[in-house]
Amino acid sequence: MPILSKEAAQALLKKVLAHSKADECEVLLFGGESSNVRYARNAVSTSGASSKSMLVVSSAFGKKLGTATINEYDDASLEKVVKRAEELARLAPENPEYMSVLGPQQYATASATYNKETAAIDPAYRAEAVAQSLSITKQNHLVAAGYLENNVGFSAMMNSKGLFAYYNSTDVNLSITVRTEDGTGSGYAAKAYNDVTKLDIKKESSAAAMKAVGSKGAKALEPGKYTVILEPAASIVLLENLIFGMDARSAEEGRSFLSKAGGKTKLGDKLMDDSVTIYSDPWHPDMPTSYYNFDGRPQEKITWIEKGVVKNMYYSRYWAQKDNVKAVPSPDAFIMEGGTDSLEDLIKSTEKGILVTRLWYIRSVDPQTLLFTGLTRDGTFYIENGVIKHPVKNFRFNESPVIMLNNVEALGKPERAVSGESGASAILPPMKLRDFTFTSLSDAI
Amino acid sequence: MKRRDFLHYTGLGLGAGLLSQIPIIGKAVPLDTPWYTIDPARKKELADVALNAARSKGASYTDVRIGRYLNQFLMTREDKVENIVNTESYGIGIRVLANGCWGFASTDQMDKDSIARTAATAVAIAKENARLLTTPVQLAPQKGYGEVSWKTPIEKNAFEVPVKEKVDLLLSVNDVALKGSADYVESRMFLVNEQKYFASSDGSYIDQDVHRIWPSFTITKIDKTTGKFETRDALSAPRGMGYEYMIPRESDKIKGVTTLYRDRYDMVEDARQGAQQVGEKLKAKSVEPGKYDLILDPSHLWLTIHESVGHPTELDRVLGYEANFAGTSFLTLDKWESKKFQFGSPLVNIVADKTQPGSLGAVGYDDEGVGTQKWDLIKDGVLVNYQAIRDQAHIIGLNQSQGCCYAQRWSDVQFQRMANVSLQPGAASLTPAEMIKKVEKGIFIAGNGSFSIDQQRYNFQFGGQLFYEIKNGEIVGMLKDVAYQSNTQEFWNSCAAIADKRDYRLGGSFFDGKGQPSQVSAVSHGSATARFNGVNVINTARKI
Repeated sequence: MPILSKEAAQALLKKVLAHSKADECEVLLFGGESSNVRYARNAVSTSGASSKSMLVVSSAFGKKLGTATINEYDDASLEKVVKRAEELARLAPENPEYMSVLGPQQYATASATYNKETAAIDPAYRAEAVAQSLSITKQNHLVAAGYLENNVGFSAMMNSKGLFAYYNSTDVNLSITVRTEDGTGSGYAAKAYNDVTKLDIKKESSAAAMKAVGSKGAKALEPGKYTVILEPAASIVLLENLIFGMDARSAEEGRSFLSKAGGKTKLGDKLMDDSVTIYSDPWHPDMPTSYYNFDGRPQEKITWIEKGVVKNMYYSRYWAQKDNVKAVPSPDAFIMEGGTDSLEDLIKSTEKGILVTRLWYIRSVDPQTLLFTGLTRDGTFYIENGVIKHPVKNFRFNESPVIMLNNVEALGKPERAVSGESGASAILPPMKLRDFTFTSLSDAI
Repeated sequence: MKRRDFLHYTGLGLGAGLLSQIPIIGKAVPLDTPWYTIDPARKKELADVALNAARSKGASYTDVRIGRYLNQFLMTREDKVENIVNTESYGIGIRVLANGCWGFASTDQMDKDSIARTAATAVAIAKENARLLTTPVQLAPQKGYGEVSWKTPIEKNAFEVPVKEKVDLLLSVNDVALKGSADYVESRMFLVNEQKYFASSDGSYIDQDVHRIWPSFTITKIDKTTGKFETRDALSAPRGMGYEYMIPRESDKIKGVTTLYRDRYDMVEDARQGAQQVGEKLKAKSVEPGKYDLILDPSHLWLTIHESVGHPTELDRVLGYEANFAGTSFLTLDKWESKKFQFGSPLVNIVADKTQPGSLGAVGYDDEGVGTQKWDLIKDGVLVNYQAIRDQAHIIGLNQSQGCCYAQRWSDVQFQRMANVSLQPGAASLTPAEMIKKVEKGIFIAGNGSFSIDQQRYNFQFGGQLFYEIKNGEIVGMLKDVAYQSNTQEFWNSCAAIADKRDYRLGGSFFDGKGQPSQVSAVSHGSATARFNGVNVINTARKI
């Protein structure tokens, strides 16, 4: 399916709804074109292009709900998918948690998520980008493995109560791991943007190359508690688990790090250092995201943590109604406030510490304390008296982002980061944190 | 393994802002629609369109995968059915070699013109990227099989079992858990049918019908006084079987401190037992950190095998193709060439096997038309082989691929994925009970929990579902806050005993993640209960 304009999507969704005989019907339409090139061993390895779409029809008779999806758009297929959703609704048991669809919503201005230069990326751009990246590694006798992906997409929704919303977006995502030819050094860089003109392939490739060269000859340090400086590409993989875990229902049910005994939650409690403020803002100029949620609720600028205090949790519409509170949707991305210091400034102010480029294989160990384990990777360095003294062997950590954000020494200037684990985006400062818990050493490079 | 659970992949509750991450789940099919397949003659006709179009544009080799993928997800919590989703995805993926470089394109528009255009796109991509190539792709020869077929040997097609029967089973599971000590319970069933058609310019036309099933649950209990909570996940294994897996047989139960299951699963019994055990977990003693002898049940050990043996023996990792994402491997070519790298103790024999009945990875042919096989990876503790596909075979001196190529859907390019990798049972007569009797200070672990390993597969940390303390040959009670850390080579060299074939069972995963863009594959790992001496155990309890 081509990328539909707002008007074309509206016309298609009206056609779908015209087939509905249910009490309520809501239709979502997603479409996107995704292209990529992957490289390794200083050469291209695979590449591909795919165009996909999905029409999701949800029909309800009373509190009986059925959902069907299709990716064909002729009249007969549209009628068929609506009928299927209605058949499923008739077969389904009544769901006491079903919420009637929303009526028309007042949305703020659409955020600037679409960029025409990004939408115009073609195979020649990708090949040239890889060539630029490889020119840096080949000149320096290093070995690159990387991935460049670009997407253009849209989504639209309409329901039988008159709600309509439309959103389009673009993004480009680069990640690169550079290794020394002898395999004793490795460096990493990753960036993602809506706007491809902000992506500097050579700069990112050079950063990864410098890390690779600098990480040769790593020395072993004893595991234990260390002051660390986490670069944003490292901290995002821990913080995304905190922010995307702030669901009110699980907190009230007693099975979240935000739970307290007896069905109480930590909403309003001070959990972290005064310097920690985390919010989401769909209109942030450096990280625009969708201005509406998949069920039609408007997205807003929401503060989740303010000066260490839990200010908001997200609520499904059902759970919000039960609690008689506002139904706040979960965010698409998040922003953490910081300071004005550069990463170099943070290093200069560190007497003894460890600089971490990337964290890897993050897995939950205990949801009660939000304890995670994982490892450092692709550039880990020992800092002494304000300078990087030498690379160190990688560590395994066992740490909770809640504990970590209680141990803030300093925050640098925020920048855009992309998770190497989930692909989620955030704007985060580099962080200097005391007493970060490393539990064992890894021989991996 | 990908950490997102399968609920994420059902995908009906997705935010628009996550569009680029949405796996398209395909067309819906009615819940009780009759199960049918597409005529292989029609698929051959479409495949020939692609093969001819690619050749005419200059491809030196082409393979075509026409896939019809059916999924069914049933999700319940407490006394409610959260969702039932049927999906169907149908389309074609075309891979070509042109100017020595791979190209790939896919479409769900199954008319002949669209297929020919898609083949041309694949060739154009290959030619565009050929300028970035350093060495032309070298493909191991593969004979064409002509028109052949293969089917998972199921006894009862799970898609033909009425939805009501499956929902009733899940609600029964929830009911027994809630009547036990559970506060919350979620149960799920996930069914997969891959109808795969492969054709290549080598002269193969291969029609396969693959079935998989995965029942599971999570039971939660909360201590309302302290606010502490614990969970107990099902001890089931996902299997390459039909609905017969869900029909319990007493002969498939292994009774002990907890009941474990071989080739048939009693989900209601496991939930009843789980509800009791989740209460015991809340009251269990927090582990004293230190060195322990670990007795690892196959329901747990499969994941350790997967991470520490399965992945590092993948040749694409060894060579560096995964360096940017999942990483490389410590099992470098020199270790294999030496023929004396002591990966594990002499008891350790590990095989790769794409033919194993009931396993998730069993197929007749892989996704580049290679007949599947079984081979040794670790023999008497020594590294003897890797897992390779057609464009890697020459690197390790093979004149034929080992048949490890797979794509998660028709829309994704195929690449090297793990075969079923399994620890062979011990040769001497030995039961887990006899093994435990010889342990002075140890922990028996069942079920899988937290898991993490570094990017070269040296350092790992694993949790579990159930931890039982062993003192002087006896299980004396349950422990909690347990995780063990080790180095792969040290760990496998500490293997001191393996139970015999009577105890051999399969575990596995539907969601082994790898590649960019990331794909998942399903794979099983078999073992009998095994003993590992002197492993470092940490205590994971924290306060926030």
